[in-house]
Amino acid sequence: MAQAAREPDFRTRLQEWIPKLVLSPSVAAMVVFVYGFIAFTVYLSFSDSRMLPSYDLVGFGNYAKLWGLSAWWTAIVNLGIFASLYIVTCTAIGLVLAIFLDQKIRGEGMLRPIYLYPMALSFIVTGTAWKWIMDPGIGIENSMHLWGWTSFEFDWIKDRNMAIYTVVIAAVWQTSGFVMAMFLAGLRGIDNEILKAAQIDGASSWSLYRRIVIPLLRPAFLSAFVILAHLAVKSYDLIVALTGGGPGRATELPATFMYSYTFTRNSMGIGAASAVIMLMTIAAIMTPYLYAELKEKT
Amino acid sequence: MAPAQQDTAVHTGRIARTFIYVVLLVFALFYLLPFFVMLVNSLKPLSEITDGNMMALPRAWTLEPWRQAWSSAQIGVQPTGLKPYFVNSLLMVVPAVAITTVLGALNGYVLTKWTFPGHRIIFGLLLFTCFIPFQIVLIPMATVLGKLGLAGSIPGLILVHCVYGIGFSTLYYRNYYAAFPTELVRAAMIDGAGFFRIFFRIMLPVSGPITVVSVIWLFTNIWNDFLFGASFGGQSQPMTVALNNLVQSSTGVKEYNVHFAGAILAALPTLVVYIVAGRYFVRGLMAGSVKG
Repeated sequence: MAQAAREPDFRTRLQEWIPKLVLSPSVAAMVVFVYGFIAFTVYLSFSDSRMLPSYDLVGFGNYAKLWGLSAWWTAIVNLGIFASLYIVTCTAIGLVLAIFLDQKIRGEGMLRPIYLYPMALSFIVTGTAWKWIMDPGIGIENSMHLWGWTSFEFDWIKDRNMAIYTVVIAAVWQTSGFVMAMFLAGLRGIDNEILKAAQIDGASSWSLYRRIVIPLLRPAFLSAFVILAHLAVKSYDLIVALTGGGPGRATELPATFMYSYTFTRNSMGIGAASAVIMLMTIAAIMTPYLYAELKEKT
Repeated sequence: MAPAQQDTAVHTGRIARTFIYVVLLVFALFYLLPFFVMLVNSLKPLSEITDGNMMALPRAWTLEPWRQAWSSAQIGVQPTGLKPYFVNSLLMVVPAVAITTVLGALNGYVLTKWTFPGHRIIFGLLLFTCFIPFQIVLIPMATVLGKLGLAGSIPGLILVHCVYGIGFSTLYYRNYYAAFPTELVRAAMIDGAGFFRIFFRIMLPVSGPITVVSVIWLFTNIWNDFLFGASFGGQSQPMTVALNNLVQSSTGVKEYNVHFAGAILAALPTLVVYIVAGRYFVRGLMAGSVKG
């Protein structure tokens, strides 16, 4: 009897602990490998680390040096050009394709996977394909010449001033279909009655979309912006595969800058400082968004 | 994505409809072009690319570039082809996806059905890990993997991918389980069912759709990863790193046809997964995590 009374007690206590025990490996991993590592990198960004981590602090020295480097400024300016064009173009293409696909298109089931498949590929594959397609020697320029359009020129990938736009082309190719899917889901979620009512009131298709549908897609716009912006800041593989940062330094981005300063130029302190700036940029975009999402959902 | 076609209220005229179809088809060509180029040129002898038109079909069809890319192309210093790296990627991706998915499912279950004070903060912190630029962890990770003796090994890469994949799998399962009626779980608890019993008998049987999403997402991300593979791969480099070495190699003639065959080989697993299960992925993703 006594045992029977005590057993559930033990079991209840065990039941209370099991969930926390199950969660703890993930939490421990997160505390060490994410937040601990972030703290470590922040520390290194204030240290005089060169080839290996060093623990002697030098204050804001690395940050001062970083912002004095023309290579860093090139990377920042490139990121500005790349991110803004990438976000705007992906959003525009995604929105147009979603609205058009939503017009009861025959063959939608065929078109959707064609728009979406690039997202399944690695940026290294995308970069390899576009690298040779845009290569003036064997790619589109050559094809146009062979087809008789001999004055056609497309050598952006070899041109210091234009190379960054080839990165935009390849990146837009990879992700715009995904943005389309996000907008399409948003469009399919809109209540038809609203649209019908507006049409009875005599709204034209154009003003229907401009005044009613697009404002209703606000959450999809926001999600698309956040996803694209953080992808842009993190862009690394595509640059490596497509241009290798070149010609010269014409397509260096913060991610490639960080890698080369940390691991090949023996300036780990400066590399760490650039990583901290990348993290702060992404945190500034993500934190308000995640905060709002979490608050709304629970 | 809603499977049913919605009755769009907009009426479009003939000219507008033609325009819409033309735009949609032009974009379809734009998305298909790189794959067409890769496929067609991987089946040509090299001379047809260097002296011919990239957009043309092969005159002399050949599988030789595929054979070379798979088993004899020079990767770095070894003429091994991509085969060993393909195996490395498989050995890395399968355990990493399995571990991460199981942990994500359990985490999602705890964070929705066994909540405790502070569960929201933990979820928020986990969620943020999905979006960090990995540059911020590269230096300490290199140090720690070295200390653990895991640098340059497959187990090391598995560890890295698990650690940074848990955020995503937890996010998917948590949002999915949040919609599952908690009353059913309460009722089972009152009937005396414990933590794992409820998980295996009640939660797991309904987890099919979100497991598809989580597995596809993790498989694609981990297979396609380049940064971690290049930084910590050492002697066990994954497919993406090997492909990049093949394409960027500066010695000898550029064998474009071999590069294209290699690129398709690197893309094949994720493409197959996407073709087989992509529909469920998009549907599950839209239902689970992106509000529209």
